Amino acid sequence: MPKINKDSTLNITFVGIGLCLLCSAIISFIAIQLRPVQDSNIVLDMQKKIVSSAGLEKVYGSVENAMSNIKTLIIDLDKGEIVDINPDSYELAKELREDGKYKFLTAEEDVASIKKREKYSKIYIEYKGNEINTLILPVRGYGLWGILYGYLAIEGDLNTVAGLEFYEHKETPGLGAEIDNPKWKALWKGKKIYQDNGEVSLKVIKGSVLETSDNFSYEIDGLSGATLTCNGVSNLIAYWMGNDGFLNFINNLQKIDV
Amino acid sequence: MSKYSEILFRPVFKENPIALQMLGICSALAVTSKLYPTLIMCVALTVTVSLSNFFISMIRNITPSNIRIIVQMTIISSLVILVDQALKAYDYETSKTLSVFVGLIITNCIVMGRAEAFAMQNPPGVSFLDGFGNGLGYSVILIILGTIRELFGTGTILEYEVFPLVQNGGWYVPNNFFSSTSSFLHFNWFNNMGFKGMAKRSD
Repeated sequence: MPKINKDSTLNITFVGIGLCLLCSAIISFIAIQLRPVQDSNIVLDMQKKIVSSAGLEKVYGSVENAMSNIKTLIIDLDKGEIVDINPDSYELAKELREDGKYKFLTAEEDVASIKKREKYSKIYIEYKGNEINTLILPVRGYGLWGILYGYLAIEGDLNTVAGLEFYEHKETPGLGAEIDNPKWKALWKGKKIYQDNGEVSLKVIKGSVLETSDNFSYEIDGLSGATLTCNGVSNLIAYWMGNDGFLNFINNLQKIDV
Repeated sequence: MSKYSEILFRPVFKENPIALQMLGICSALAVTSKLYPTLIMCVALTVTVSLSNFFISMIRNITPSNIRIIVQMTIISSLVILVDQALKAYDYETSKTLSVFVGLIITNCIVMGRAEAFAMQNPPGVSFLDGFGNGLGYSVILIILGTIRELFGTGTILEYEVFPLVQNGGWYVPNNFFSSTSSFLHFNWFNNMGFKGMAKRSD
């Protein structure tokens, strides 16, 4: 092999351009090949959170099966009505950036300390036949270190909790982050949200709930060492189940069948 | 010890990149709060540093010396992007946990350091071994850190409960001390002290 002058201008140009072309061709090829797998991962990840809030992956055997029985809808929170918007193009973060698609909350309204509330919300309904079996609502509110994002699943009577699952939070491991503990999450199932007079009574209390307590079906054991996180959870339930949250929609659902 | 095993194992113990060469410390602290992401990170880095050494060494004779750093960076970053893409496709959960740290392998000093110090002077085969050895050296330290931090931080190893947790009726109270990066920077301080001591000895 003839000895090339590797520092000649010609060689610099040749190596530079050649390497860039080769590397970018390889990367593009691999990226395009892997794209479908990656996209389905992202969708599946979100679906898993939604489905597991109601424990539906166990009922249906898999996330895909559960999702095929779940209808995704966009609702107008103020009117409590379903609106005709394609759910696939909806993204909460985007809604909260676009003028006119959110409102600022006043200090009194802002029970959950979220500052802004979107106009439209994306919700999920699982049907059994024509009846609503589970209603899955996105909820969020400030905990101790940041906003807790989760899904609250409600049974067909629109008053009994089917489950609560947080998919994003910044709470302290071992203390506030115990909101992810399966044992604690299991406490939510079967609890009631509204009292007979329509007031939101579901909340996390300090200490353990006594079985003899009048409010037994409205209270959840607190997590020790995580009072502020627990208050945050109570607040977000109060906010999203209240007038400013999903109450209008829930009232409408009780009147008509979707 | 034969020449090859010397090349492979010297970076693991005698010249460990993190403990002695002081390379790649930032990611060592950032990704080790749980053992599983740590293992994935070790694999990602070992693959990158081995292959980058291999390819850089392969073209070392035609690489113009005044653009050699750019050439190295191009190869390294291409490999890192490939690793990142593969991770997003096949282990999405972990890729979310590791987030930017896989991408930051590009700037990991171990990869650059080995390319410049070893691969530019040696043939592809031994360069690959050197890269693999350095990857192992990095992995050894990370796995030790990951095990300690997960065990004492959350009482588990690979999510399996080793110390029965108070929440589940046991005795261990998980604490954030070992899991949060800021408190773990003390490690860095110890490390620096050791380094200074060493420098004095070698004077």
